[in-house]
Amino acid sequence: MNFLVSIAVSFVAFIIVVLIPLIGIGAFGMYTFFGIVVPYAAMATFFLGVIIRVIGWARSPVPFRIPTTAGQEESFPWIKTDPIDNPKDTKGVIMRMLLEVLCFRSLFRNVRLEYRDADDGTRITFEWEKWLWIAAIIFHYSFLVIFLRHFRFFTEPIPGFVHVLEKLDGFLQMGVVPVIGFGVPGVYITDMLLVAAVTYLLVRRIYISQVRYVSLSQDYFPLFLILGLGITGILMRYFIRVDITSVKELVLGLFKFSPTVPDGIGVMFFIHLFIVCVLISYIPFSKLMHMGGIFLSPTRNLANNNRKVRHVNPWNYPVKVHTYEEYEDEFRDLLIEAGIPVEKQPDEKVEQS
Amino acid sequence: MYDGGKIITGLIIGLGLLFSPFIYNAGKAAKTPEPVLTKKAKQAKECIAPKAFMKEWHMQLLDKWRHEVVRENKRYYRPRELATKMTLDHDLMDQWRYLVSIGKRHYIPSDDKVYKKSVEETCFDCHSNKSQFCDECHNYMGVKPYCWDCHIVPKESKEKE
Repeated sequence: MNFLVSIAVSFVAFIIVVLIPLIGIGAFGMYTFFGIVVPYAAMATFFLGVIIRVIGWARSPVPFRIPTTAGQEESFPWIKTDPIDNPKDTKGVIMRMLLEVLCFRSLFRNVRLEYRDADDGTRITFEWEKWLWIAAIIFHYSFLVIFLRHFRFFTEPIPGFVHVLEKLDGFLQMGVVPVIGFGVPGVYITDMLLVAAVTYLLVRRIYISQVRYVSLSQDYFPLFLILGLGITGILMRYFIRVDITSVKELVLGLFKFSPTVPDGIGVMFFIHLFIVCVLISYIPFSKLMHMGGIFLSPTRNLANNNRKVRHVNPWNYPVKVHTYEEYEDEFRDLLIEAGIPVEKQPDEKVEQS
Repeated sequence: MYDGGKIITGLIIGLGLLFSPFIYNAGKAAKTPEPVLTKKAKQAKECIAPKAFMKEWHMQLLDKWRHEVVRENKRYYRPRELATKMTLDHDLMDQWRYLVSIGKRHYIPSDDKVYKKSVEETCFDCHSNKSQFCDECHNYMGVKPYCWDCHIVPKESKEKE
């Protein structure tokens, strides 16, 4: 598919996602539907979908330890090994998984392939390329912090870590800057970083021709959703405010299984909520499932011990074998008669006597 | 299933963390905040702006007041003037707020009152019960206005309903 078509398809899908609550709330006032039915349906889809996906993965056997790792496997004692990148045991695997999940180690190793003109013709070079890693790590950690900060809407009483995060995140205190309208309430660093990082990831997809070539509409769609999520959140905080006390009442009601939709919540909130619902119900069906999948990556979570431990293919069925010894036993007389040498002579002692 | 024990444990932990608000809130009584109006506030009937507007934008309004009083020496607020004519000296943000927020819920104050831009002298004149009015929602939302880092919290009048 042409990349313009991919972008257009996913962008139209995103616009529809925005328009559904806008029309549903604005024109038809379907508060119960968008405030209660959709969030519960989305959470149920997410919950069941994730379980089904993970169980599906768990049922797939991985009989062979995939040794495509960047590091020397343990062999002779005088060869230096790499116990984290090519682990031999669970301890090494745990270290590798921690680095992968928390630091995106395999993304950190990203290089850019380039053809360079040299004296003796064109050469392939591998350039250091950290921008993808930087944007990815900023994006993921910002998203985590923003999710955790949202616990002030999810819980009552509010746990202490939320306030700690808010303090750290808002420490720029842009409210004191004499720019009226922006800065109050406190500007969170992660809000800006998230939008910047997602924008970078989107622009990168479109700008770099090789990445553009491998990008499909299902790559653009989550980016649009997350960008929309960030933008509606920021709009709601600074420019199109909603009554957050009522919002918390609604959200708490959902989490306590006694849902109510208080009056007077602006449509911007319902757009934000609907994008969240679409996003979380889309997770089990999409590449966003890497949230769980990273823990089940065979190249990351298996120790490379193929040379030490015998791994039997679990779907092997018992094969009926006929060994050479058995074959010779069966046809020994005929073999001797035909002059073919046999390994075990027939009852040599009996003949001699 | 292969490594079923480990995978299911991980799945339970992961989903448990994501769905932790359900577990955290279970069995806890969540009190909806009910800000109490004092007798004086009830008698006054209208605030400096409509209730819906005040709920959403009071913080920005106070920030603007602070800015105007401290830096521009504009000490008085005339809501009727603001509601009837948007002039050039109303900044963009004012006009924006007017458009998006008060829009249809807007009302024009009956009399052209002039308010002093002061929380202590104007807001607390009616809403003299900070703990039952301001703190009610602020605590619920976990909001701690940093006004009171420097300013002394005004004494509450012990008025009964």
